[in-house]
Amino acid sequence: MTSRTVGTMEAEFRAKRAAGHKLLVPYITGGLPGWQDALRAAAAGGADAIEIGIPFSDPVMDGPVIQKASQMALEAGATPVSILQEARSLDVSIPLAVMTYYNTVHHAGHRRFAAQLVQAGIVACIVPDLPLEESGPWCEAADGAGIETVMLAAPTAPDSRLPLVAARARGFVYSVGLLGVTGERDTLASTAVALARRVKAITDVPVLVGVGVSNAAQAHEASQVADGVVMGASVVRRLLEGGADAVGQFVAEVRAAL
Amino acid sequence: MSLMAEPSSTGRFGEFGGRFVPETLVPACQELEAAFAEAWADPAFRAELDHVLRTYAGRPSILTECKNLGEQLGIRLVLKREDLNHTGSHKINNVLGQALLAKRMGKQRLVAETGAGQHGVASATAAALLGMECKVYMGAVDVARQELNVFRMKLLGSEVEAVHSGSRTLKDAVNEAMRDWVASVESTHYCLGSVMGPHPYPFMVRQFHRVIGDEARAQSIELFGDVPDVVVACVGGGSNAIGIFSGFVDDRTRLVGVEPAGGAAVSRAQPGVVHGMRSYLMQDEHGQVQEAHSISAGLDYPGVGPEHSYLASIGRAEYPNVTDAEVIEAFQLLARAEGIIPALECAHALAWIRRAAPELRGQTVMMNLSGRGDKDVAQMMAVLGR
Repeated sequence: MTSRTVGTMEAEFRAKRAAGHKLLVPYITGGLPGWQDALRAAAAGGADAIEIGIPFSDPVMDGPVIQKASQMALEAGATPVSILQEARSLDVSIPLAVMTYYNTVHHAGHRRFAAQLVQAGIVACIVPDLPLEESGPWCEAADGAGIETVMLAAPTAPDSRLPLVAARARGFVYSVGLLGVTGERDTLASTAVALARRVKAITDVPVLVGVGVSNAAQAHEASQVADGVVMGASVVRRLLEGGADAVGQFVAEVRAAL
Repeated sequence: MSLMAEPSSTGRFGEFGGRFVPETLVPACQELEAAFAEAWADPAFRAELDHVLRTYAGRPSILTECKNLGEQLGIRLVLKREDLNHTGSHKINNVLGQALLAKRMGKQRLVAETGAGQHGVASATAAALLGMECKVYMGAVDVARQELNVFRMKLLGSEVEAVHSGSRTLKDAVNEAMRDWVASVESTHYCLGSVMGPHPYPFMVRQFHRVIGDEARAQSIELFGDVPDVVVACVGGGSNAIGIFSGFVDDRTRLVGVEPAGGAAVSRAQPGVVHGMRSYLMQDEHGQVQEAHSISAGLDYPGVGPEHSYLASIGRAEYPNVTDAEVIEAFQLLARAEGIIPALECAHALAWIRRAAPELRGQTVMMNLSGRGDKDVAQMMAVLGR
């Protein structure tokens, strides 16, 4: 295993955690009309980092809201290159990550994609269909370029697997909140807190719960155990329905609850 | 060692295959890999599967020599009659294997994707036989053009959900089945219908279909005293082709997989990753998966099973493509010349044979007739006019 370097995002997260601060990472689909304004509003509302979704034609981990947003962005002409180009002009002071499916990375080429992220001012990357066993070539390129690769831990993982996932994670461990795809749910699944507790017990890398964290109360509940939350569908739905202002208000509301 | 041996420990055939799935599904794939290896090595499981293939599916399937068409084309043409299996296609071989395996693993629910509906019907059939619950995802476009099969699945007690996302065909049905599986993995087995998806599916599904090739090789030697010069099969994901190829891959036989012109993943030879596997994949310059377009719902798929990419990359099999117009001609040709209405999928294989006949003159050619055309009659009525 390569020696572990703590990157920009993880260093910030660790410092904030040490100060008693819970971490909030909203997700915004890149390339949707108004996405840059929404991202700035989320930053102003109190986000600690932002995940920019690079839309993919076949998003198997996503439910209806993010599927729809991805399709709208693609129909509006968004491409990985155009989104990263637009990301360069974002004047926010918090770390930016991208979330995309592996074919986007594979198609560009590992080293080239990592370099493109660096040029766009992106510090971290999440690839939900690239599990530990397949992650080697990408992680090598990402490590070399200084991009932090967030790894996902799933409720189905046996105890023996979690330390391996955590050891490979940079930035934070994405603790998957439920068995299922992204989308809002009425209540926080019992698996969310249970898995976050299991992951927290085996690593000091920050642990954030995502998938199925739908509102301020659920974010608060998950953060009782985890170091923070990732919120996707609830944010994207507000962007689709109410634009950047609605995103800013929602992020501020969740921030206040944390 | 056979050219079609086991894949590597990471599920690779050469540089193709692998297991590119969300973390949630990794333990299920590992569990399936171990359960399949254990079952496949267990004589009791093999005997149980063999029994149900013989007494329920109707195996072995026969060989039919097409004297009329053979004479017309100047070749000796034989068909491997997978269309005569119960449920009307080769799909039943794989489905009975997977359903028995799922039962053995303690899973009571199946999810499946389907294009033309043949895999969906086979899955619904196996679920009925073994007392399991089954849900089939089918693109909304395919639901419309294959309504007979939709009704068959419902008659068999399965739920059919029309998928309205993306291209609303087979690719999107796979996405939706995977989303279901991510949420239901603890109680559900994903009964994948082709030699695609994450490891161990491409390998496992091939093993369940190699009965086609093993039978066909023995039958060919009985009939011709030799293996055929050429074996031809249609390729969407590629399960019927891999099944028959597996019997001849280590022989001198020329192997030909025929893709639709609107879904010719192998011809483009561009590797990509979708549906859990690295394989040849139709994609645009940004890596977005492109929509396939074919008259046949079963071949309307922008990718191909990883072992086909491997066989193509090493030059062991070739993958030409044919147009919808050639397919419509071939569909009618087999009906009139031999009294056999083929599935539109298989008409692709015949379309290539017809086109290539001048260069095949005098050779023995075996075509896998992987399904019957009853399901396509309504669609062809619209195409040809009543």
